[in-house]
Amino acid sequence: MTTEAARRLNWRQRHDLAPLFLYRLGYGVVTLFVISVIVFWATQALPGNAATAILGTHATPALIKQTEQQLHLNQSVLSQYWAWLSGLLQGNFGHSLASGGQSVWSLVKPRLINSAILVVLAAFVGSIVGIPLAIYSALHKDKLVDRVLAVVTLSVSAVPDFVIAVFLVTIFATVVWRILPAVSVVPLGEYAWNTPRLLILPVATLAIVILPYIYRMTRGALIDALESDYVELARLKGLKPVRVAVAHALPNALAPVIQVSGLNFIYLAGGIVLVEYIFNFPGIGQGLVNAVSDRDVPTIQFIVVALAAFYIVINILADMAVLVVTPRRRYTRLAAA
Amino acid sequence: MTTITSDAAVSAAPRNRRAAGNLRRTLRTGRGRVGLTLVVIVVAAAAIGPFVTPSPPDTTEGIFFSPASSRFWLGTDVLGRSVLARVLDGGWVLLIMATAATVIGVGLGAIIGMSAAYFRGRIDTVLMRTVDILLAFPQIVLVLLLISVVGSKLWLIVLAVAFSHLPAVARVIRSASIDVTERDFIASDEAIALRRTRILFGEVLPNVVSPLMVESGLRLAWSTAIIAGLSLLGFGQAPPAPGWGEMIYENISGISTNPWGVLAPALMIAALTIGVNTLTDAFARVSMGSDRGALQIERFQ
Repeated sequence: MTTEAARRLNWRQRHDLAPLFLYRLGYGVVTLFVISVIVFWATQALPGNAATAILGTHATPALIKQTEQQLHLNQSVLSQYWAWLSGLLQGNFGHSLASGGQSVWSLVKPRLINSAILVVLAAFVGSIVGIPLAIYSALHKDKLVDRVLAVVTLSVSAVPDFVIAVFLVTIFATVVWRILPAVSVVPLGEYAWNTPRLLILPVATLAIVILPYIYRMTRGALIDALESDYVELARLKGLKPVRVAVAHALPNALAPVIQVSGLNFIYLAGGIVLVEYIFNFPGIGQGLVNAVSDRDVPTIQFIVVALAAFYIVINILADMAVLVVTPRRRYTRLAAA
Repeated sequence: MTTITSDAAVSAAPRNRRAAGNLRRTLRTGRGRVGLTLVVIVVAAAAIGPFVTPSPPDTTEGIFFSPASSRFWLGTDVLGRSVLARVLDGGWVLLIMATAATVIGVGLGAIIGMSAAYFRGRIDTVLMRTVDILLAFPQIVLVLLLISVVGSKLWLIVLAVAFSHLPAVARVIRSASIDVTERDFIASDEAIALRRTRILFGEVLPNVVSPLMVESGLRLAWSTAIIAGLSLLGFGQAPPAPGWGEMIYENISGISTNPWGVLAPALMIAALTIGVNTLTDAFARVSMGSDRGALQIERFQ
């Protein structure tokens, strides 16, 4: 009895989530630190005078000096990095080199919020369309609908996001129907929820891009679960097919679905770049493109670090969610770590 | 030494033949044929196109954004140039750039992945931790970061895109190589002190040909999308040059007057990426017995 209790406690301890979470969190912080070094080194500390590169060769010496001071270029690389990092940690992200020297935060904040709306809506729409389709396909494997969807999703997943955007603009905004605005006319600094019509096409584009992945991963996971022994047993017991699928197979297919949701957010962090640009949507993707064109180093640094931080947070959340729904994996993860 | 070399060659030969057989079997599947047809059409248009343009692609022929007519089958673009001529002339640079970026990226990525799998230990840890960190950048963001550093010259874009492929390719090839490096014939190669480069390229490489080809296909489609996407953002060929991505960038403002200026290059890009992906999918099904949906699940677990 006591050994039994001890074993149970041991199992709990070995499968405890807290140390795993702390480990992942610590690893995430270290990764983010390394990323900040890479981004800083690449954008600012590389050989060649960043100030001249930004201002062009015809800049006056005084202007060059001013820019150098702004970027702390007159100090050593290490103290430059330190000044930048401590600024980041204190919420002082520096001043834009374009846009008349406004603070980076005041320029980027509305963009961050607009992009967040776009990404969350796209992930939501993609999931509520993709997951039911996947369940239907898995339950009717190799039937007509399943086979048609297989070909359609394969083709759609191959089309670049900006091409989908172009097709949608052609169909819904210009040539076939003119029912939706082709480009956003949200002024900079405005929020997208004030004009929901402008969100429809960008959200639809991103949702169509992620839909095939949601569909394929969910379908694959469900089919694996449906073909397993315990589902076979549930069926042999005489349970109804719907009950077998929902109560027995689906919980075991959750882990891949969570992973694919995480992956989608990660894809969306990059996917917004081109889609926002095409629709002239004022988000951080468009902000990054403009900053790269203008060689606005502080803005590039902030947006890239913010996107990487987003990636790391999503990864940790997805990993932890997977561990919550599949206790048997907790052990192996710790062993692997 | 000669006997050893020939042994290695003999053990590799059937696998190479198997890869060739898989290619033939791929082309016997419906998907394989559809994919190859699309790829051949686009590549032929891009390769032969520049020699058969109905009018010079860089000169103004009519008014801007005029719709399709008997003189301009696909209408004219933002400067009154023939869209058809520009689509025919605008593909080959993109195809060469995408192919180069893919070859460099997949080649180096495969070397990194195989080395990590074979040498294990500290080399593996360092390489894979670096890969983890680089994967935290979305690919297009990584390329934009590199462009902000080095500028937007074409060969730099190729290198930046190739570099952005490295982490994902290295990870996939590493996991494919790990099983191989644990097999007995590798141990026997080590016992007879075969050179390590020879083990890597003569023994490990032939055993990961299938995943390597699948990865090359996926990356080729990605390279095309990213490079065309970058030209669309204005980081591509300098203006008068026609390019499919550049055309979308130039002509999007006239989409309601002459949609072909945008649609024609977009359709070419879509046909190419769908073709490459379908062909790759067919090959993956034939050679590894699994579709990519299942592969992706394995990959990220």
